[in-house]
Amino acid sequence: MQLDVSNFVPASDEEKQSLVTMRDSIGFWKDGLHRLRKNNVAMISLVVIVIVMVLAFIVPSFYPYDYKEQIRGNENLAPMGYSVKEQASIDSGDFVFPHFLGTDNLGRDLSVRIMMGSKISLLVGIIASAIIMMIGSIYGAVAGYFGGRADQIMMRIVDMIYTVPDLLIIILLIATLKYPLKDLANTNPAFAWINTVGVGLICIFIVFALLYWVGMARQIRSQILSLKEQEYVTAARALGASHARIIRKHLLKNCIGLIIVTTTLQIPSAIFTESFLSFIGLGVSAPMPSLGSLAATALGGITSYPHRLLAPSIMISLIILSFNLFGDGLRDAFDPKLKN
Amino acid sequence: MGNYIFKRVFYAILTLAVVITITFFLMYLIPGGPFLAEKAPSQATLDAMNAKYGLDKPLIVQFKNYIVNMLQGDFGPSIKQRGRTVVQIISSKFPVSARVGGLSVAVALLLGIPLGSFAALYRGKWIDKAINFISTFGIAVPSFVISTVLVIIFSINLKWLPTFGLTSPLHYIMPVIAIAFYPTAYISRLMRSSMLDVLGQDYMRTARAKGLSPFKQLFKHALRNAILPIVTYLGPMIAYTLTGSFVVERIFTIPGLGNEFISSITNRDYPMVMGTTIFLAAFIVLLNVVVDIVYKLVDPRIKYQ
Amino acid sequence: MSERLLEIKNERLSFFTPAGEVKALNDVSFSMDQGDVLGIVGESGSGKSVTAYSIMGLTAHPGRLIGGEINFNGHRIDLLQEKDLRKIRGNEVSIIFQDPMTSLNPVYTIGDQITEVLLLHTHCSKKQAKDKAIELLSLVGINEPERRVRQYPHELSGGMRQRVMIAIALACEPKLLIADEPTTALDVTIQAQILELMMELKKKLGMSIIMITHDLGIVSTICEKIAVMYAGKIVEYGTIDDIFYSPSHEYTKGLLNSIPKLTEVGHEKLIPIEGSPVDMLKPPLGCPFAPRCKSCMKICLDQMPEYTYLSDVHYSACWLLQKKEFDKLQEDTQIG
Repeated sequence: MQLDVSNFVPASDEEKQSLVTMRDSIGFWKDGLHRLRKNNVAMISLVVIVIVMVLAFIVPSFYPYDYKEQIRGNENLAPMGYSVKEQASIDSGDFVFPHFLGTDNLGRDLSVRIMMGSKISLLVGIIASAIIMMIGSIYGAVAGYFGGRADQIMMRIVDMIYTVPDLLIIILLIATLKYPLKDLANTNPAFAWINTVGVGLICIFIVFALLYWVGMARQIRSQILSLKEQEYVTAARALGASHARIIRKHLLKNCIGLIIVTTTLQIPSAIFTESFLSFIGLGVSAPMPSLGSLAATALGGITSYPHRLLAPSIMISLIILSFNLFGDGLRDAFDPKLKN
Repeated sequence: MGNYIFKRVFYAILTLAVVITITFFLMYLIPGGPFLAEKAPSQATLDAMNAKYGLDKPLIVQFKNYIVNMLQGDFGPSIKQRGRTVVQIISSKFPVSARVGGLSVAVALLLGIPLGSFAALYRGKWIDKAINFISTFGIAVPSFVISTVLVIIFSINLKWLPTFGLTSPLHYIMPVIAIAFYPTAYISRLMRSSMLDVLGQDYMRTARAKGLSPFKQLFKHALRNAILPIVTYLGPMIAYTLTGSFVVERIFTIPGLGNEFISSITNRDYPMVMGTTIFLAAFIVLLNVVVDIVYKLVDPRIKYQ
Repeated sequence: MSERLLEIKNERLSFFTPAGEVKALNDVSFSMDQGDVLGIVGESGSGKSVTAYSIMGLTAHPGRLIGGEINFNGHRIDLLQEKDLRKIRGNEVSIIFQDPMTSLNPVYTIGDQITEVLLLHTHCSKKQAKDKAIELLSLVGINEPERRVRQYPHELSGGMRQRVMIAIALACEPKLLIADEPTTALDVTIQAQILELMMELKKKLGMSIIMITHDLGIVSTICEKIAVMYAGKIVEYGTIDDIFYSPSHEYTKGLLNSIPKLTEVGHEKLIPIEGSPVDMLKPPLGCPFAPRCKSCMKICLDQMPEYTYLSDVHYSACWLLQKKEFDKLQEDTQIG
């Protein structure tokens, strides 16, 4: 190898810089969203969720059939079947909107009932999760922030609620609270809304508010415990910020990722419980359909009309599955520990 | 250790006391009492029946009587099933549920643990993806959906399996699958993440550096550590199996305690509801205590407390 | 004249990650004789641990040896099957790791973990193994060994756990002990004790040691020869005197300069080495240290320097040395 003087001239700084590559740092949200978008499974689940939401909340308003509407002569139609009267209309040139899933034994169109059922199930899931999120995160934040005696007592209570076999209590509560609530609705006009919403649903919400927030509380508390040692909390306190302000502005804000993920994963869990309860007859009351109650009523005709059972069952599974997968995707995207 | 057991048992009893009290007072929120479902009897008959079952005394007195009797093992007679006491009914129905439930737990453990371990060992390969796919389904689908799908496919269409009752071993297959589906899926996911965690630990590297075969590394070192979270899950799993039985027993008309529980609520058979709730709650709570103690036994790190 | 124990020739090792091929070792060569104590020094990512692990065939997936020879105790490690490697691990060559807190299995007793390796590689009975375990524990300076043998790792302090690791490593009387930063996770006082223990054991048992560390202080205490690694290459190699008193490579000089000295009067600033390590996915064509070297020349950026021998045992990979020779040549030709 030939060497000459020019090789040994000192290299300049720019020449050295060109060999050093540094990776850019991206913001937390942008990074997370970017990873979420690359996650195919999560994106597909999101699409499914959106489709289901549209079917549940928007389509029934435009649908030609109403979920309560019992049309004489339309009983027990097969999927895409028509009654004698409807067939006659078609033959004479009118358009009759098809019954995609047929009708039930009272002549109600099944497709719209399933859509309504999905709406109810989704509403229950979302509202219940919202309740759990609020109670759980505030309770957990307060317990974690104040620590010491208050924390110990609060967590003792959480432990006890955890040990209570929740489903037993739910079933009991729903079975028993029905009556006083109904009385209340019928006697006191201020509570008349209880009847429209349905006593069963209210009981479900009450039970969720009483028992189901403990998981969220525990998670938030442990996150807060580690966050409150950070310097910006000490700084805020030194500047005279009140406890409430610190919890609200600094601590909970940093838990938002955890809160979103946990709440998203709570929704399918709530829907799971609600469909189970509706199935055994303790959820919504007729004629309001829930996917669980639709499945329950279809059980009797399982041999002759299996589609009546399969349709709500598949719908429930689809909703729960897509929320689970999306929630998992959220967690993978925003959990800093998984960064490569 | 003894201190720990004492504390756990104490809290268990406390929780049970709360459950019993809540249940008792809730039952009385139901207006009309247990006899109103039948053709309206005369006031005299009503009074006589109330007196017979002790329903005319003040609430607190009824409560006290109940507790006293309960502690002597007497849960009272069933109001709807004349001639049988609550204890008799529970002791005839519970073994049925226990058999189905026990089988489900066994299936969940025997399938879930190996599946999860394989998924972890062959992480990223097709077997991991396949197991992940199935387990994702498993935790999303409610047990009544599984039951009904199984019935439609295997009973109605293929006619391989019988639907109702529990008279032959074949009868057990679908109910057990229906109940075990969720826990199997959950355990396999839990096992997978636990095993992955363990496999990445430094002591696994030490095991390899010692010259141990992969077989020994897995079964002696990894499994023993990875299985700990599964022990923690045993408590909730048993509670789930029990409540899962409510629905599954209805669908397959299995004469178990879950089915009985639902019926007695609809029938407003107070003593039966009370008795079953207390029994089931006690079962779950005490089993949780046992599981906690077992966990402390298998994880030497906790012995120190 | 001691026997040659270890000879590594032109080892090349890469990790095939989803992000690409990380060239962890780029032509590494060195050798050790029976009884040597070699220190491998470098920062994180320099390849020091990777080199040591490759001697035992312990390279973690997705790493793979892609070139070179590893000769250890008469075996061609690079050619051996996994089942034959297993016979050597823990037996002829042992390793102790950095973090004693996590390197021991928490659910088995100390005794179990020591006897395991004895039962695996030797033909002793369970009782013999247990006795030997107790013997080993007192050899490594653990008091009340009969009681300790039944204890669990979490019942011992960090220093004691590291002693247990040493006991496990020595159980089958290996020819070579590899110590991968054995004291980094320990307190300074414990550090000193462990190093003392290792020196004692070396005297008693006559085994060879490879000490991997980033701490020059440790190296000066226990090692006889030192290999300085940077970015997968040995940039300088020599005896302890060579390295400490006549360091040649700019990186070595930088390392020595960055140690704060207790004897300095006045407020001297710490002198760090500027810049950050290279990206191992796309290692440069020239000297890997070039961007951070204050004497960097144009040729350093384009071509990998060759080894220049400053003595029989002391060599360094630096163009500056070549430049010196080149200048000398020029002078000679000009004069002559």
